Amino acid sequence: MGGLRTAGDLVARVQMTRRLRLPEAKAYVADKLGVSPADLSDPVAMSEVRRERGLGTIPTEDTATVNDALAIEAKVNIARVLDVPVRSVERFAALTRSGGG
Amino acid sequence: MEAIPTRMGDGSLVRMTRAEIEADIHAGVEAGAKRAKVEPLGDDEIDHLVDIFASKARFSAVDIGDEVILTSDGVGSQDTGSRITDLQNYEQTVCTDTVELYHHDYSFKPIKPVLPYEQAIMRQTQLLLTIPVAYGAMPDLGRYTVPDGPVPNWSQLLPLGRIDEARAAQEEAVETAVEDIVYVAEGMYEAGADGINLDTAGAAGDADFLAALKAIERIRARYPDWSIQIGMASEFVLGMHGELEYDGVRLAGLWPAAQMRLAARAGVSIFGPAINVNTGKTVAWNVARTCTVAKPCTDAATIPIHLNGGMGVGGVPMHALPPVDAVSRASRACVDILRLDGL
Repeated sequence: MGGLRTAGDLVARVQMTRRLRLPEAKAYVADKLGVSPADLSDPVAMSEVRRERGLGTIPTEDTATVNDALAIEAKVNIARVLDVPVRSVERFAALTRSGGG
Repeated sequence: MEAIPTRMGDGSLVRMTRAEIEADIHAGVEAGAKRAKVEPLGDDEIDHLVDIFASKARFSAVDIGDEVILTSDGVGSQDTGSRITDLQNYEQTVCTDTVELYHHDYSFKPIKPVLPYEQAIMRQTQLLLTIPVAYGAMPDLGRYTVPDGPVPNWSQLLPLGRIDEARAAQEEAVETAVEDIVYVAEGMYEAGADGINLDTAGAAGDADFLAALKAIERIRARYPDWSIQIGMASEFVLGMHGELEYDGVRLAGLWPAAQMRLAARAGVSIFGPAINVNTGKTVAWNVARTCTVAKPCTDAATIPIHLNGGMGVGGVPMHALPPVDAVSRASRACVDILRLDGL
């Protein structure tokens, strides 16, 4: 589906944690992001959505600034926005005792 | 009539007319229906396969909007930098939807003594990547047999007619394998992995599949929301033991739909059927057969189905460098016909 360029990783997380089949998983993510399911595989549409919500992107100077959440930063936002468990975010919160996510 | 370039199951290029390709697809459907005792594909599905395989384009793809999720059984060659940069490359350049950290010796048994090193890589990876990072390995029940393991080798006992001893050996291996799989899974959960993948389940037959199911059941009980993925080794569970059951269902002889039901019952998140490739037949024949055999599985599924599509399974040629024209046709055809949730 295009992974980090689109919403592929987000739909994957919903499949993996909620065991939803693809149409339902796409509908779930689209609803959480306020877009249509068709937008989920469009890198132009999704790059803006991901930036606005801090959901991560390809980490190059052309695609991300120092103010854009990446990697573990983005995953904290992903867990909150999608309301899905992300193990690394849970560990990060526990080990930093920050209550993040 | 125009000859269209197409591929054999071993990856070699051949040229066939549209009529020959169509006949081959019909033959593949018939072979799959007969072997697995399932319904054949419908006329519209067969026509769609013919259109895909009668194209001369270098690449084939699903329609915009029909893209599916890509999960993997091990990502990267581990020969171009560190294992972490391998995964980063797949995230940022290949743009796959998930990645999977793996050990070169891709079985749960050899991972057990080096688990802390694998955990260290996983925790670092999780700080650097955004997409899901799972950890994968094979149950690989044969590893538990002499001389590599503690259990008598049933492959040697069976030809000698020592059936009871062979069965007892497999039963012993199952219990040991389950402990190892659960131990590694727990370690990976603690390290922050997004999921665990049990790859080539059933490779050593029904005992191998049973070990996977019992391990999944224990992992699910401990971690209700964690991703547990299973990928089968072949289309049919071989009865190396013959009498093993899971939840009252005999495992020997199960085809994908029945495999999927048991895996779902055990608690799996994603199920990956594997339909074997016949290298002496065309890719078109193999994909037609694949779709026919797998369709009851996808039709009945209540969990995501990620068909195994790779060397020798899912219609993809059995070659170390499978041609993209064949891989794209096989992938697209299977997604279109089976309404897959992923590959």
